[in-house]
Amino acid sequence: MSFLEYQIKTVPGGIRKILYLNWGLVLVLVAVASMGFLMLYSVAGGSLQPWAEPQMKRFAAGLVLMFAIAMVPIWFIRNMAGLAYGISVLLLLAVEFFGEVGMGAQRWIDIGPLRLQPSELMKITLVMMLAAYYDWLDTRKTSRPLWVLIPVALIAVPAALVLIQPNLGTALMLLMGGAAVMFAAGVSLWYFGAVAALGAGAIASVFTLRGTPWQFLHDYQYRRIDTFLDPTTDPLGAGYNIIQAQIALGSGGWSGKGFMQGTQSRLNFLPEKHTDFIFTTLAEEFGFIGAFSLLLLYGLIIFFCLASAMQSKDRFSQLLLIGIGCTFFFYLAVNLSMVMGMAPVVGVPLPFLSYGGSVMLVLMVAFGVVQSAHVHRPR
Amino acid sequence: MRRTARDAEATARKVTRRALFLGGAQAAFIAVLGARMRYMQVEEADKYRLLAEENRINMRLIPPARGLILDRSGRVIAGNQQNYRVVITREETGDVEAVLARLAEVIPLTPEMLERTRKEMDRRSAFVPIVVADWLRWDDLAAVAVNAPALPGVNPEVGLSRRYPLVGDFAHVVGYVGPVSDADLAELEDPDPLLQIPKFQIGKIGVERWMEADLRGRSGTRRIEVNSVGRVMRELDRQDGVAGADVRLTIDADVQNFVQARLGEESAAAVVMDVTNGDLIAVASAPSFDPNLFVRGISQADYSALTENDHRPLANKSVQGAYPPGSTFKMVTALAALEAGAVTEKTAVHCPGFLEFGGRRFHCWKHGGHGTVSLEGALKGSCDVYFYDIAQRAGIDRIAEMGRRLGLGVRHDLPMSAISEGVMPDKAWKRDRHKAEWRIGDTINASIGQGYVLASPLQLAVMTARIASGNAVSPRLVHAIGDREVPVGDIPPLGIAPQHLRAVQEAMFAVMNAQGGTAWTSRIADETMLFAGKTGTSQVRNISAAERASGVISNEQLPWNRRDHALFVGYAPASAPRYAVSVVVEHGGGGSAVAAPIARDAILRALSDGLPPLSAYPANQRTTIETQQKNMKLRKPEPAAAQSSRA
Repeated sequence: MSFLEYQIKTVPGGIRKILYLNWGLVLVLVAVASMGFLMLYSVAGGSLQPWAEPQMKRFAAGLVLMFAIAMVPIWFIRNMAGLAYGISVLLLLAVEFFGEVGMGAQRWIDIGPLRLQPSELMKITLVMMLAAYYDWLDTRKTSRPLWVLIPVALIAVPAALVLIQPNLGTALMLLMGGAAVMFAAGVSLWYFGAVAALGAGAIASVFTLRGTPWQFLHDYQYRRIDTFLDPTTDPLGAGYNIIQAQIALGSGGWSGKGFMQGTQSRLNFLPEKHTDFIFTTLAEEFGFIGAFSLLLLYGLIIFFCLASAMQSKDRFSQLLLIGIGCTFFFYLAVNLSMVMGMAPVVGVPLPFLSYGGSVMLVLMVAFGVVQSAHVHRPR
Repeated sequence: MRRTARDAEATARKVTRRALFLGGAQAAFIAVLGARMRYMQVEEADKYRLLAEENRINMRLIPPARGLILDRSGRVIAGNQQNYRVVITREETGDVEAVLARLAEVIPLTPEMLERTRKEMDRRSAFVPIVVADWLRWDDLAAVAVNAPALPGVNPEVGLSRRYPLVGDFAHVVGYVGPVSDADLAELEDPDPLLQIPKFQIGKIGVERWMEADLRGRSGTRRIEVNSVGRVMRELDRQDGVAGADVRLTIDADVQNFVQARLGEESAAAVVMDVTNGDLIAVASAPSFDPNLFVRGISQADYSALTENDHRPLANKSVQGAYPPGSTFKMVTALAALEAGAVTEKTAVHCPGFLEFGGRRFHCWKHGGHGTVSLEGALKGSCDVYFYDIAQRAGIDRIAEMGRRLGLGVRHDLPMSAISEGVMPDKAWKRDRHKAEWRIGDTINASIGQGYVLASPLQLAVMTARIASGNAVSPRLVHAIGDREVPVGDIPPLGIAPQHLRAVQEAMFAVMNAQGGTAWTSRIADETMLFAGKTGTSQVRNISAAERASGVISNEQLPWNRRDHALFVGYAPASAPRYAVSVVVEHGGGGSAVAAPIARDAILRALSDGLPPLSAYPANQRTTIETQQKNMKLRKPEPAAAQSSRA
């Protein structure tokens, strides 16, 4: 029994739903995605192929998908949360056994023309599952140990599956996204304090166990941390990415070198310039003005999510929107920290700018859900 | 259990409070990111800009060595040659004008070169090195290196450039490379960063163009340490690119050279093909040109000389020329009629010198006619009336179907430019193309390879190879790419009744080896290499009734471009066919007098190991042939071992 049912009559129906869409959010999404197309066009040396055009097609498909999902009543989405979560976990298990290995990690599965990364999908379905869980749970039980263990398990299972892929960045994002929902649901702050203490202990043991047969991380992950701490120790090896990315970013200056004039990216100094490091090209070519504008647009997207959450009256919508907003925030926070030398290099793409199908589609699904909550909120 | 309204409100307040906290934390972090951005891009910008401009670790592309093009035994048709040049990079130079002026004192620079350099610099990004002068002597390069301190941003370089040692022999087949142009960049949709290198050479036509992907290879990179004026201090590491794959053709460079020389300055084309597997042994087109002229950018005068020549040296006549095949088409008509059951080998037709149809007279080339002839006599004497007659019995659609089966009117896919499809007309084609109904007169014209029928020398060679072998052989130009042999595809049988093929083959044998055959003088005397073939003479003008009455004007009296085309197709040895040959001499006159001797020389050259032996020719022709062979301008024979001209 939740607050959803008695509100149904006040919710718009049929074609009028289109009027109630959050058009401001749609506009900002299009603006951010367009910056992505421009950058993909630029890093390809002024060509729609091989990146910009497929990305545009995916975004167009994603928009359609978003509008379609926005028309689905939010309570239907809530009822499907368990199913979506279950399928995602099964897909994660599937990539574990049948997935393709790339970049030293097992990450995606080929389904016909679509190359799906279930770990990306998991980020959204986990948040949905947790929101549905707290919607169902009596609020007075929220902080009781047994009822805290259940969501912890819900988070831990997919996070562990992603970690053994191995994909540290996504595993961390799952943990943080799940924690954000639990936090918003009102779980006692003591639990978070305890986890923080445990985490500090874990980090200490990660480093003390290095070099022993019990080490937690892969060697390449240790090296990434080393080079993050001091990139200049290895200017031609792993530190190369970081140094070159920072040079690209910094040399952009106030207003940038101009569209398609980035020496760093055009001369192929930058690795992964069309995926994880695409922000450096933007910063190099459009300078602080361009980079900061993108940051503001991202801020606006998160603001829209949280504002919608405040306007919703039902617990599921509120927690879901907060969870999606936070997940989106973690994407850009981790990616930007990484390219600006504030965090070690973990493979997290920049939403809507990095080239890639799974992230784009998953994000559009997520914003479809945000729109659905916005459309179907009681007035 | 029911929730009370107060509980619900308390929970909602808690959610709101915590959401606001999350939002606040996120806003704070975004502010941190923004501050970091500002710090790096505004406060530290100068430091990073310096690092970017004088990137201590610099990355340069290493252009890969372009794959060689070799003949079937490994002789170099297209190789690479070292090219000394001087490049200038604007962003490392500072005062461009002063540096260029100083450079002009060190090496000879013409005002045009300077002008071109300035223009190029305006168009390209500041970091792209621009070629100021190339094809320099080693001394000039050394002079630039010695004066390096006075010439910031100027670097001597050694590049590789394409070279075609066999000059004109392969100009049409292999084509040439040239510097990549803006038009190429717009057209190619090729993101390869190599194309951004100024003057990077890519294939423009022919094999060079169509095999570009295999020949180009992949670029390597080298990371170098540079000092504050951008001069290279040392190489830190180097990843060599992958050199382009060598492409080995089926063509034999010596046979090609012989055939090309034999065609001389005629406007002509010849194709020699292996009938067993379709390997093209020679694909010649004359006159030819020097492809090396295009590699460095051809001068306007040279280019005009090529385009204004009425013998069209730039055209690859062997594959892109479409000629009325004339009497060489008669085998198609014959096979179509035989296969249709309309006639047998024995069917006799009376030729009085013309055929009257619908009030119009269709003439035989032989005034007074051939009398009564059957298939063998008709092909041997090239009687037109016989084919006028049997073509009507078979019908144009059957003839066209047979033509296509033998490879006419079909595009043979080879890595060469502008390959002609020719025309193999039928009723549907005429309705489609000319919006008119097919007439019997059209069939009569088509039966002797005139009218709408058009074929390239390549298609005629394929036709001959198919008739000689009875199999649907397809032409093949590429023998191997790198170490990978290109397999010969399936060669299915044509599905023509063996006795019909044999009848046509025997008639072609009679054309050359029976007294009175139209090509009797071009026979091969050597019993092991007997020649079978068919002559053709195709008109390029209509002969009016008045002209015919006053006596047809002989070719010699006509201006060159109104004379008949001379054609010949044939194969040898007749008993066990190995090679098929086709020759077209534009406006050459008669097929038997002009085209057949060339075809004989070409096929003998392919069959023998060196110049055709005089013993293969009829005894009374040997002195003439000996003189002719002496006067041919052949390339000096080279050892067949692959010589690498890679640096």
